[in-house]
Amino acid sequence: MDNTSVMENQAEDSHKTTTGLNSRKLLMWLFLGSDCMFFGSLIATYLVHQGKSLVGPYPVDVFDIPTTSVSTFVLLMSSMSMVLAYSALNRGNLKGFRIWIISTAIMGATFLAFQVFEFRTFVHHDHLTPQVNLFGTTFFTLTGIHGVHVTLGVIWLLSLFFHSFRGGVTPEKSLDVDLAALYWHFVDMVWIIIFTVVYLFGVFRGF
Amino acid sequence: MTTDSKMNETIDSVHHSHPSPGKYFKVAITLVIITAIEVGVFYIEDLKWGIIPVLLILSGVKFGLVAMFYMHLKYDSKLFSSLFFGGVGLAGCVCIALMALFKYFL
Repeated sequence: MDNTSVMENQAEDSHKTTTGLNSRKLLMWLFLGSDCMFFGSLIATYLVHQGKSLVGPYPVDVFDIPTTSVSTFVLLMSSMSMVLAYSALNRGNLKGFRIWIISTAIMGATFLAFQVFEFRTFVHHDHLTPQVNLFGTTFFTLTGIHGVHVTLGVIWLLSLFFHSFRGGVTPEKSLDVDLAALYWHFVDMVWIIIFTVVYLFGVFRGF
Repeated sequence: MTTDSKMNETIDSVHHSHPSPGKYFKVAITLVIITAIEVGVFYIEDLKWGIIPVLLILSGVKFGLVAMFYMHLKYDSKLFSSLFFGGVGLAGCVCIALMALFKYFL
């Protein structure tokens, strides 16, 4: 990339605003704030219907905590590799960026594979579907929407990975990666709450 | 100081004050340890209802660590923190309001 195009990209990323902050980043934070409310309402809907199913299966019958702990671990590690990808890019290490971002995408896909495996087990082995009871409806809605978020994140990460081979990802344009990283960490944070509130509390006999 | 130089200073500080990869590894190890504690605590039957605040605090710590270090809120503009934690606060209010509406606490 020549100096002129680098300067153009810098100018694009550091345009003038009254706050001195980048508008795209501000918009991303606004989106994440509003998405918090979206997931908040879904989690609350799950909680208010908890224990109100008239027929089984119930959370204690279907949840496999060790398996879900492993998928949680994978998602936490993907957050670390995402931040390392961003860090590598900022240091001008494009090869490092590619290694870490593809690792993140693979770990995200692994998490999704765990979720597909879990859903298949619930449906075929435990006969839990969204139509069976309130637990099924609220559980599949909440975790399914989270899964859609992860899927979009994986597509975004893969697009950045392939874009980097065409010169589209550079240290000067690291904001593009920063925005994807913010989204990815948010998806991880939502899972931290879901794992505790849905899975761990779900199997706890007090509920 | 002109507006332009102020703006550049802000952007520079945002881009150059992030933690080192070593710090990111330490945060990752902390997150894994907390998750292991969560799962361990879950199997301690003697805790009974005490398990709820313990798990909530542990997941809150994980949430905070990801927000502060991985999302760089500790190093970024306070406006980003306000926007995000404002959303988190409103989400909490939505949860409590909905649960109260459905007599969850009774």
